[in-house]
Amino acid sequence: MSWSSSNYLCLSSSSSVTQFSRCKLPCESEGQRGKCQDLNRATNISAYNSLKPPSFKLDKGQRRNDHVLKKPRNISAYYSLKPPPYKFDALEPYMSKRTLEVHWGEHHRGYVESLNKYLGKDDILYGYTLDELIRVTYNNGNPLPEYNVWNHDFFWESMQPGGGNLPILGLLEQIEKDFGSFSNFREEFIETALTLFGSGWVWLVLKRNEKRLAIATTTNAVTPLVWDDIPLLSLDMWEHSYYLDYKNDKARYVNVFMDHLVSWNAALARMARAQSFVNLGEPKIPVA
Amino acid sequence: MVMASVTTIASHLTSTFLYAPEFCRLSQSLHTSQRPCTRKSVSGTISANIDLKPPPYALDALEPHMSKETLEYHWGKHHRGYVNNLNKQIEGTELDKMSLESIILASHNKGDILPAFNNAAQVWNHEFFWESMKPGGGGKPSGELLELINRDFGSFEALIQEFKLAATTQFGSGWAWLVYDLEDKKLVVLKSSNAINPLVLGSYPLLTLDVWEHAYYLDFKNLRPDYISTFLDKLVSWDAVSSRLEAAKVSIEGK
Repeated sequence: MSWSSSNYLCLSSSSSVTQFSRCKLPCESEGQRGKCQDLNRATNISAYNSLKPPSFKLDKGQRRNDHVLKKPRNISAYYSLKPPPYKFDALEPYMSKRTLEVHWGEHHRGYVESLNKYLGKDDILYGYTLDELIRVTYNNGNPLPEYNVWNHDFFWESMQPGGGNLPILGLLEQIEKDFGSFSNFREEFIETALTLFGSGWVWLVLKRNEKRLAIATTTNAVTPLVWDDIPLLSLDMWEHSYYLDYKNDKARYVNVFMDHLVSWNAALARMARAQSFVNLGEPKIPVA
Repeated sequence: MVMASVTTIASHLTSTFLYAPEFCRLSQSLHTSQRPCTRKSVSGTISANIDLKPPPYALDALEPHMSKETLEYHWGKHHRGYVNNLNKQIEGTELDKMSLESIILASHNKGDILPAFNNAAQVWNHEFFWESMKPGGGGKPSGELLELINRDFGSFEALIQEFKLAATTQFGSGWAWLVYDLEDKKLVVLKSSNAINPLVLGSYPLLTLDVWEHAYYLDFKNLRPDYISTFLDKLVSWDAVSSRLEAAKVSIEGK
């Protein structure tokens, strides 16, 4: 067995089939599994995407990352298809299981596969994390190649079963500070989503320079990362996202998202992390 | 269809009505075809007058290749929505009472698009799209169209390949087009995003395929390539393309 540099992915060629599986970390043996939680949540896993769909039974807080590889030995690092952090029927009746199956299983998977295929041809783009790759390929608004991978990962995590209601704690305060009130924010978000023409995304972002929250829209597969803003929430306004459940009734889709799907917990966690980079509070040190 | 020029904005009371027959479909009698066409303004009724033109076939006529449900939503909700929103936007403005093509060119504003553009262009695009299809379509073109295709693409199969490629690689929402370039006098395959159409790109459109997801999602879900193949094999109306080519040639000679 050899250890990859990330210390997480293991390549074993002990049998005739090269197995690409999760390594047994030292902290997992001897009954110390609890200490492994943070490592398990690495978000930039480079795993060769296999054609076998991952099983959907997830243990609490776990992600299933086993892939069986039946490909040639010269493995390179590519991007993997991450499943949503809930089962496919968990968002019923607001987002049907069928939508998740097609949206994640066909669209998202298709984007990952075509990205991997493209990377197979282009040496210059090797070695980037997904965040970096997005910035590098943005090309000032004409991204090449075009792929919607990061946005979809972010979108699944922006929703949760039993979502909706109101944000809490610091996020609510910040929303009230920057939009006046939560209902102002909600109205503005919905209106922005409904007036977006064509395929795109609506975001709640933390603007790095202005140090405030804002609602942003992007077309096709662009993400606010390219403007150095920090996204907190997203809503997929591509038609494939709502057509099976709502057909052309965008208004109902957007309202249902705000009322029943949006994960304020995720947004709060992201904002907390963002505050390591952006100081939202009053400066405590007086300027000389 | 003759492209109306932008200068007719100033004389919107008169000259725009000479052109597009689709502008005033309500008037049945000959002598009213040149007068402004307004519905009586009852309170609450919009008097701007872009019409929702139905496809030239019944909504179930394209089964099983394009389902009745798709037509009901695509024409009945999306296309209708664009028409209604456009009428709301242009009412009482200088764009009101202009022909659809004039509205498109005016609101395109050389790329710095005005709010009415998206709706106006989508109305035009969808009308053009319905007329690009017919029950029992597909097959091969013939006559002058086939000659030009062979001349400009090498073969009919090469055109199909290029059209399929354009339609498949249009990322996000948009359209794939076969156009006649009036400058170079040749056929070209184009793709455009969202609502852009060849009228604002300076070419004469001959054929279009809607690759917005709403056009194929109910029938094909994410399988856009299958939708494109079905369109080319079973739905495309080469007759319509031929007659548009004729009109394109006439419009060149007329200049």
